[in-house]
Amino acid sequence: MNVRRLLGFNLLTAILLGIGGWYVGWFAAHGVVGPSIAYFGDVDYNELSIFMAYVCGVLGFLIGLGFLNYPFARLRGYPPSLREKETGGAGRYFGLCTDHKVVGIQYLIGIGVFFFIGGLNAMLIRVELLRPDHQVWPAGTYLTVVGIHGTMMMGMFTSGILGPFGNYLIPILIGARRMAFPRIEALTFWLLMAGGVILETTVFFGGFPTGWTGYAPLSIQANAGIDCYILFFALVGISMTLLGLNMIATIVTMRAPGLTWTRLPIFVWGVLSTSALMVLAAPVLIATLLMAMLDRTAQTSFFIAAAGGSAYLYENLFWVFGHPEVYVLALPGFAIVLELLPVFARKPLWGYRLAVAGLMGVSLLSFFVWQHHLFVSGINADLRPFYMLSTELISIPTGFTFICGMMTLWRGQIRYTVPMLFCLAWFFNFLIGGLTGVFLSDAPSDVTTHGSFFSMAHFHYTIMGGLVFTFFAGIYYWVPKMTGFQINERLGKIHFWSMFILFNSTFFPLFIAGFLGQPRRVVTYPHNLQFLNQWVSISAFLLGGSMLIFLYNFVKSLVFDRIPAPANPWGSKSIEWQLPSPVPVHNFDRIPVFSSDPYGYGEPAAPIAAPAGAPAGRD
Amino acid sequence: MPNHGRRVIGAWIVLSVVATPLVAIFLGPELPPGHASQQASEQVFDNTVITSIVTPVIALLLVFFVYALMTFRKAPGGALVDGPPLRNDNTIQVLWVALTSVVVLFLAGFGTYELLQNGSGGGQGPSPIATPSGPKLQVQVIAQQWEFTYRYPSYGGVETSQLVLPENTEIELHVTSLDAIHSFWAYELGIKADANPGNDNIAFLKTKGPDTFKVHCAELCGLWHGYMFSNGRVVSSSQFAAWVKQQQQVYAAVQQYMPAYATTYFPDPQRRAG
Repeated sequence: MNVRRLLGFNLLTAILLGIGGWYVGWFAAHGVVGPSIAYFGDVDYNELSIFMAYVCGVLGFLIGLGFLNYPFARLRGYPPSLREKETGGAGRYFGLCTDHKVVGIQYLIGIGVFFFIGGLNAMLIRVELLRPDHQVWPAGTYLTVVGIHGTMMMGMFTSGILGPFGNYLIPILIGARRMAFPRIEALTFWLLMAGGVILETTVFFGGFPTGWTGYAPLSIQANAGIDCYILFFALVGISMTLLGLNMIATIVTMRAPGLTWTRLPIFVWGVLSTSALMVLAAPVLIATLLMAMLDRTAQTSFFIAAAGGSAYLYENLFWVFGHPEVYVLALPGFAIVLELLPVFARKPLWGYRLAVAGLMGVSLLSFFVWQHHLFVSGINADLRPFYMLSTELISIPTGFTFICGMMTLWRGQIRYTVPMLFCLAWFFNFLIGGLTGVFLSDAPSDVTTHGSFFSMAHFHYTIMGGLVFTFFAGIYYWVPKMTGFQINERLGKIHFWSMFILFNSTFFPLFIAGFLGQPRRVVTYPHNLQFLNQWVSISAFLLGGSMLIFLYNFVKSLVFDRIPAPANPWGSKSIEWQLPSPVPVHNFDRIPVFSSDPYGYGEPAAPIAAPAGAPAGRD
Repeated sequence: MPNHGRRVIGAWIVLSVVATPLVAIFLGPELPPGHASQQASEQVFDNTVITSIVTPVIALLLVFFVYALMTFRKAPGGALVDGPPLRNDNTIQVLWVALTSVVVLFLAGFGTYELLQNGSGGGQGPSPIATPSGPKLQVQVIAQQWEFTYRYPSYGGVETSQLVLPENTEIELHVTSLDAIHSFWAYELGIKADANPGNDNIAFLKTKGPDTFKVHCAELCGLWHGYMFSNGRVVSSSQFAAWVKQQQQVYAAVQQYMPAYATTYFPDPQRRAG
């Protein structure tokens, strides 16, 4: 082992500097707020030192990865460069790398790991709910588990599709060689990973009792674990904003010649509309959490009613971010479904403009619905009819996605491959998720369903049934392109059917539990609901087992079997499948020229990419 | 070639015509939250209407997908065959948009109409717009970590630990909190109103006959949120009068230390007892 290879700007250095930075921040903040003899013995933590410790830790981590090298090199007069550490072996995947394909795979693995941690937390929740009385976890631990599960899933999965598939595919789909801001692209990933670790460390500070919404003033009176929640979500917000800006800049400015707006793959439109949501919504989250941070450290009172603040302020700001956020989770799923259906139905995407209008309409409307989370809160009660209307109006553009998908299937030549099965399951899940949303959007009906297991089941149908299913569709569809290896189809089908059946078996009974009056986030529930809850718990454990089938398949296919995938196993006409698998570092020898959209199935062959004759674009 | 479109539409109409009345008649009465109050009954009606409207939508997608996925599958083996390059159909687009718009606008209109009757049991803030007419009994719900208490301003502001309400009475609930955000949820009565510190959240309730109901906190409010539940009763008017009188006697000794009745309270977090 060559020890010298470990020196330099890499993940090991980053972790060491991150830990070092943590202690520097901790002691520095103690120095500012006054001397304390027992720095680590305090029961009543010094909030400022916790925030400073983590902020300095993150800075140290980023410096260790080498994010400051380029700015300093520029200051010292070195010429500009767009690329960093793009050649080399597997080491590229463990550090700052500006190749968008490397970042995509980093995202896939990184988010995948946190997805499994979040899922494990869900199992712990279901263990507690096996019996109606409080039994397994101490009450505080239970709430922390609930909070980590929700926060991890909602935070990490904002980039669940844009991170892996967006970063990997967008430059390829638009005929570019890179993203507009390659270093920022890498930064979004490493910020998210730093955030994920910070959220997990909440257990060393007593956890947090607020769930993923972090409502003030509970979050202000909570113990120091909430600081990790605040920092995690703030980092996610920064990462989302940067990711969205990068995507928009890339898609708007870097499309290859001939790739007009009506020839863009629908997935690119999905990423564009999601990015718009991210850029406009995530800064609100960052600001809100900064206010919560100030309330905790600097004795401000933004959210403390007794001192002139308002708890409504937090609720409003949080959901101004939070409702667009749930469409940040849902929209990429729509886009993947619409992108994959033409391939497996062998038909052009039906109603392209309507599909685009649907994606854009959902993004736009999602900014006008946030107070439907506050129907019974007493805030702006006069506006409930408006929010009821705006919320229900969202079903119209969502319906565009449905009709475009359904008419694409109509009279097609459907092949039931694994990615196609996941896309078809999306229709089923999202239909149930959407229609139960009608009950929640209806203010009279919401009085009973609000804050119950009904709403919890509803958003699991839309987010797990909508996003996670399409996430797996994307994995089965694109990972052969990303890695060059096949994924076992038989195991894939076993994974699909077990996941689909167990997902429904887990979450459908929760609608009934909610209808029968089980509130969310409780350690106890009425005894007559025990059977339902036990059914759900056992289904949930088996659902976790179904994820293990996937994990087994993924590792077996990509690490052990390593059967080379054909360049175009699905017979797709989209440009990424015309490239070799895996895609070479510079994507294209010559920048392609587009003359049609990628959905020309059954039409006279129009060359999508005409590599000859086009001049190589600037790099 | 068979007319696939006519088959799907036909099957959909048949299924909807059969299923919708069945859902309305048999599933409707089972829907929550029951009939313990006027508001609860209205919500059951509301849920029945929504479920009945949703039924044909489910039927359409069910029929479509079962038919399409069975009929339009590629024959096993052989080379890839392309389907017909259908890229658009204005009639279908217009029909679909029109249909979904009509359904959505009806739902929003119906929900608004139902809501404006009396607020449907939801919290409406300090100045409610949907106010039932007639005299009302005021009851204040005070939430704190981790219990609800109740004050009856028309009975000297006596504060009790149990919610007891007279039957067949219009009740005006004033919900407030002393610390974090809570949510007062009386499931059987169809009442839910968030308790915010410094805020008076009003909800209306018309009780029916004698009954018991459960009260839960429906907003995560900290460590013992899961234990923040209790039982309440709806009793006859004479029993209610007797109960209030008894509570006044029981709490007479502490009543003098209580703050005067107000819509909100601001406990000073720095103040120590004694």
